[in-house]
Amino acid sequence: MAAKKPSKKPNVSAEELKAYYRDMLLIRRFEEKAGQLYGMGLIGGFCHLYIGQEAVVVGLEAAAEEGDKRITSYRDHGHMLACGMDPNGVMAELTGREGGYSKGKGGSMHMFSKEKHFYGGHGIVAAQVPLGAGLAFADKYKENGRVSFTYFGDGAANQGQVYETFNMAALWKLPCIFVIENNQYAMGTSQQRSTSSAEIYERGKAFGIPGEAVDGMDVLAVKEAGEKAVAHCRSGEGPYILEVKTYRYRGHSMSDPAKYRTREEVQKMREERDPIEAVRALLLTGKHATEDDLKSIDKEIKAIVNESAEFAKESPEPALEELWTDIYATEIPQEA
Amino acid sequence: MATEILMPALSPTMEEGTLAKWLVKEGDTVSSGDILAEIETDKATMEFEAVDEGTIGKILIEEGTEGVKVNTAIAVLLEDGESASDIDSAASAPAAKAEAPAEAAPAPAAAQSAPEAPKVDLTPDWPEGTPMKQQTVREALRDGMSEEMRRDENVFLMGEEVAEYQGAYKISQGMLDEFGKKRVIDTPITEHGFAGIATGAAFGGLRPIVEFMTFNFAMQAIDHIINSAAKTLYMSGGQMGAPMVFRGPNGAAARVGAQHSQDYAAWYMQVPGLKVAMPYSASDYKGLMKTAIRDPNPVIFLENEILYGRSFDVPDIDDHTVPFGKARIWREGNDVTIVSFGIGMSYALEAAEKLAEEGIDAEVLDLRTLRPMDTPAIINSVMKTNRLVTVEEGWPQGSVGSYISSVVMQEAFDYLDAPVINCTGKDVPMPYAANLEKHALVTTDEVIEAVKKVTYK
Repeated sequence: MAAKKPSKKPNVSAEELKAYYRDMLLIRRFEEKAGQLYGMGLIGGFCHLYIGQEAVVVGLEAAAEEGDKRITSYRDHGHMLACGMDPNGVMAELTGREGGYSKGKGGSMHMFSKEKHFYGGHGIVAAQVPLGAGLAFADKYKENGRVSFTYFGDGAANQGQVYETFNMAALWKLPCIFVIENNQYAMGTSQQRSTSSAEIYERGKAFGIPGEAVDGMDVLAVKEAGEKAVAHCRSGEGPYILEVKTYRYRGHSMSDPAKYRTREEVQKMREERDPIEAVRALLLTGKHATEDDLKSIDKEIKAIVNESAEFAKESPEPALEELWTDIYATEIPQEA
Repeated sequence: MATEILMPALSPTMEEGTLAKWLVKEGDTVSSGDILAEIETDKATMEFEAVDEGTIGKILIEEGTEGVKVNTAIAVLLEDGESASDIDSAASAPAAKAEAPAEAAPAPAAAQSAPEAPKVDLTPDWPEGTPMKQQTVREALRDGMSEEMRRDENVFLMGEEVAEYQGAYKISQGMLDEFGKKRVIDTPITEHGFAGIATGAAFGGLRPIVEFMTFNFAMQAIDHIINSAAKTLYMSGGQMGAPMVFRGPNGAAARVGAQHSQDYAAWYMQVPGLKVAMPYSASDYKGLMKTAIRDPNPVIFLENEILYGRSFDVPDIDDHTVPFGKARIWREGNDVTIVSFGIGMSYALEAAEKLAEEGIDAEVLDLRTLRPMDTPAIINSVMKTNRLVTVEEGWPQGSVGSYISSVVMQEAFDYLDAPVINCTGKDVPMPYAANLEKHALVTTDEVIEAVKKVTYK
């Protein structure tokens, strides 16, 4: 992990730090619960967990403003929780129920929230990259000062459409932050075996897009880099690339036996670099929070996650009539 | 409370598996993330992690057991302060059960054996006495787009050579001057990328018109057209979608060979979430383009290079629109129904004229849009003529005509006096040689021959 540490002590309050701890913990516990429900057969199909990568999205959401947009791949549960979507609605979508964000018709990989400016949840690797630049295109066209966070993985970074998009985003100065969540494995293929360059963000140089590597296990480093990228985009200077070096603890999806890496590699990362433990230590050593404070956060999160699981189990399956709805719109489905 | 650890499903299709090995024993304390056991699925051996913390109170399924059903209790986990004696009560608690899958969707209503005549919208596209002007398809298309761009500032045009070059086929001539480079945008040659950017812009509230220099190049972009534009409304439960138009010349032009001559009508017509227009005349190019731009869904607008320069009467009025899903009867007749669309109409109309000279009175229908398709108009006509020939330039297998045949067979079987014949392009890639190319496309003579066959003349 040759990523940069924050150069100086970041300017965050104890309250903010506690909020990051809480938000990351919510994602972790939510994903663990999702894994459990998958094991029980309540969640079907593909289910890609975000455990280990929590600091990426929580750090970047800390740099976002109201109205900014975000779009990501199929590993999307963390992004939805971090931008404030309701855990009940997300979990109920995972179980394919009426109370889910897409009424059970999207599933784990395809969820959206117009209200929270979350544009999916895309199942085709890298398809969200031009789509995210398109959101930024709309913002620039409307001159509304918003930016779009376009997340994709190190695997997606080898798709041709990423570079078609880089070219146009640079050419048209689109306010788009390309966030490469480099968790080092494209499904089962390590970056080394799939990617010609060690530093993926450097590929932006060919298009004149500035970028940097960021320590994705450090929520404060992510936030700081995010603020810089946001400032760049909002000032009208065009896109910015953040390659956030992170790590996924679980398999690519629930059905991945993860034989392409050793148990020790995962264990080492968990023990030495865990983003939640790092913030927890920072809160305790800096005396920003007591063990009891953190216990009460843990308790609150546990209650939220349990409630989401209950909701997701109890929400009825969608009515059969739903099969035939939402195929064609009769009016423009989003704000014009 | 003691909780049961259940046999997990570890793949989308797993129903049972082998509990290959326990990595913990009774009395061990475990915490979240610890590996409890190795489980063999049909595909792989997987490690099974603990979710909750506690003490392994009892192992219920021995290692080496095969065929353990998903959701069977395999062990009992005790929380702090509990002992093995608490197990019985836990074990008797019902295990969580996966919900039964939803019942199968209702089958489509059975075809009626004796249908009533379907309701067909026969209102004319413009009132009698409307002033007309002669326009080429090219001019009509430009006017249609420009009128809508004047009407809604969120509408913009993007594509290769649409701005400074004035359009590879001069469709957007003059539009850069009128609307400026913010709204008439030259893209690099990068179909996959700009189709995706345009779809994202539609998610973001704009109304893009994407010009493909030809639809052959849209194959590079088809993932965004289908997976991103057509499916998002459904996948988002109606929250967002892609109100936009993908347009450009489609099908064979002349002497450009296999990679530049494909007709995509049948491909796009198959996709729920898309609307598909394929007009023939200039008035329909204009009226359908205006409707397409206003439609809140992604619309595939299939044009034809050979038709671009052809002139037709166009109503000389302020706001000429044509609704989707309404066929146009070009010629009324009693002996046979010829159904076509796009450039196929040239063959259909020419054949009908020649047939009239021989005393065969053909009714000619122009579908204009393929999705939605005005099947009631087809059925209605077939109920009168009892014979049907379809005409298109595309390939025969899975053609538009084969779909129409199946609809007519299911809904008006008893009215048919002859098998339906589909006149299509030949089942070959488009050759370059002039004589072969002409033969590869559908011909007027083939339409005439088909009509004679179904009318037993």
